[in-house]
Amino acid sequence: MNIHEYQGKAMFRKAGVNVLDGVHCTSIEDALSAYDSLGSKVVAVKSQIHAGGRGKGTLYSPESGEKVMEGGVKIAFSREDVELYSRNILGNKLVTIQTGENGKIVNNLYVEAGCAIAHEYYLAILVDREAKAVLIMASTEGGMDIEKVAENTPEALHKVWVDPAAGLLGFQKRNLGMDLGLSGAALKSFFGLLGKLYDVFVKNDCAMVEINPLVRSEDDEIIALDAKVSFDENASFRHKEWEDIRDLGEEDDAEVRAKELGLSYVKLDGDIGCLVNGAGLAMATMDVIQLYGGEPANFLDLGGGAGEDTVNAAFEIILEDHNVKGILVNIFGGIQRCDVVANGVLASVERIGLEVPLVIRLSGTNYKEGRAIIDASDLQTYSVDTLAEGAKKIVELIGGES
Amino acid sequence: MSIWINEHSKVLVQGITGSQGTFHATKMIEYGTDIVGGVTPGKGGQSLDLFGKSVTVYDGMYEAIQATDANASVIYVPPQFAAEAIMEAADAFDQIKGEGVVVCITEGIPTLDMVKAVAYVNQRPGVRLIGPNCPGIITPGIEGGCKIGIMPGHIHKKGRIGIVSKSGTLTYEAVAQTMSIGEGQSTCIGIGGDPVNGTGFIDCLAGFQDDIQTEAIVMIGEIGGTAEEDAAAWAAENVTKPIVGFVAGATAPPGKRMGHAGAIISGGKGTAAEKFAAFKSAGIYVANDPSEIGAVLAVALKEAGLL
Repeated sequence: MNIHEYQGKAMFRKAGVNVLDGVHCTSIEDALSAYDSLGSKVVAVKSQIHAGGRGKGTLYSPESGEKVMEGGVKIAFSREDVELYSRNILGNKLVTIQTGENGKIVNNLYVEAGCAIAHEYYLAILVDREAKAVLIMASTEGGMDIEKVAENTPEALHKVWVDPAAGLLGFQKRNLGMDLGLSGAALKSFFGLLGKLYDVFVKNDCAMVEINPLVRSEDDEIIALDAKVSFDENASFRHKEWEDIRDLGEEDDAEVRAKELGLSYVKLDGDIGCLVNGAGLAMATMDVIQLYGGEPANFLDLGGGAGEDTVNAAFEIILEDHNVKGILVNIFGGIQRCDVVANGVLASVERIGLEVPLVIRLSGTNYKEGRAIIDASDLQTYSVDTLAEGAKKIVELIGGES
Repeated sequence: MSIWINEHSKVLVQGITGSQGTFHATKMIEYGTDIVGGVTPGKGGQSLDLFGKSVTVYDGMYEAIQATDANASVIYVPPQFAAEAIMEAADAFDQIKGEGVVVCITEGIPTLDMVKAVAYVNQRPGVRLIGPNCPGIITPGIEGGCKIGIMPGHIHKKGRIGIVSKSGTLTYEAVAQTMSIGEGQSTCIGIGGDPVNGTGFIDCLAGFQDDIQTEAIVMIGEIGGTAEEDAAAWAAENVTKPIVGFVAGATAPPGKRMGHAGAIISGGKGTAAEKFAAFKSAGIYVANDPSEIGAVLAVALKEAGLL
């Protein structure tokens, strides 16, 4: 789960991590009064969306599609600038390298005081799956795309792994600061910030905290100028407060509803709907559809032991996507019984009707019973034995190559 | 032989009085697994009748291992308590027997809990953790066998193929593929789809390489992380038995979590294309489609003079 920069900075501020003064705004009037209250001649007007690359993004009018402004993060030198930039940003569509071409409508702004920057750094905290430990990465090349730094100048990227039993130790913070070339007051400031930031990461069950750039001001303070924070959703049971900061407007509506029903659904751009049990098999189903010349419309994992109701809900969600021209059901029953899926499919079709071809592959627990149910019905479907046959058949039926 | 568990392994079920625990304990007994007891704190002393077998419930793992001489445990407790259950089992096996296998089925354990639990298990070198968020481990026997987990027992048969996979249902698919060419399995292990887990691909490959029953290996990966690449590089140096590989997620878009917490392409790393390339350069036979695993395995066996 991702949160906005202004929410991440509120967390930082509460934990004592240095951030600049800033105000979250949802209107031009808000932005102007924020400018008046900040008392800073120069402010940053920053689009708030759940995607990176905002500064280099482009804003378009959602109605006409016309370009409104280059750059989703602007430096304003006057009240007039603030008014112009917030007008150009709010309600418009921001397209960045991470949003895809459809972009995202910006409904939130962050107006932040300026500061005199001496140097920009990069800092991130995440879990290193191979080392099975929390990893802190820092670089003197702030503001840059960190993947490029890792590739071109790996020596500029410094890493510290945290021992799960010992926690982050003082010498590790000091050494990392010195690796960044810091000394004196700046090193002391970095030391304090890193300790607090690590606490934020652990206490909030973060999946990642990325600050790009982290800056050294001209008076040697280390300040988080950015805050990209995401949470580990597995820990939501102990973070009820996440419900209050979750911005559902940033998430796909169908994906959110699917999750409430215990399904795992991700919408894709193709036209073949998939209904599968198990995450690995669901991914493999998408892959095989593509291998035989089709394009999957979604990833959908029913989970283990889904009932008829869940199957029904899954069907509805798949069919809401009007790009869907055909459906492939691929079940390998373990805990999941194939007869339950078969009954769920029949009930769904009866209730919502079906105007697209349906190919069903049932294997594993109770597959014979499942097939008998499908065969005995009036349903126009195609039963197949393997995933490959199923993929070929559905691609052929919707008129793609095969 | 087989790896880590055999037909005579004695197994405890942690969380046996919960609905999942009771259901799967029954299924395991049906398959032939020697379930010697269960653990649910606060419910010690009860006795459950599962598939005609009386199973005693204990309050804790220390008591349970002492009473039953168990070699393995399987965890079905909810995510908020699962990391603690792993650590309790690891410490109890370590203190009482110096070794043991802990299989964690639970899905949805917070990653930072697993960071702690895996470090804790690693301090007890005789203890092996499999999972979490996995289907478990199974060694089919001539009659029945030992199934520790949630996989459908009836699709397996004793044989010479070792299977290791990050995914549940895709493991079943791989099992069905070996059966389609008349091959059975030595041991099948689901290592789970979480970012931080216990036993990894390399542990399994090492186990299969040393196991005389295993003559060929099927390895199924998923997008995310670099475990597949690391395993391929290790196999090129250390494994002489033929390996067939498949990776799920070639069509997954970057930045989207595909069901499993670990199945996400981030920062341009962990793509299926990179993993397939690593497999190929390590001499692993690649199946582009899970329905081809059987056919590719037959080729691999033939070229190794095993068919």
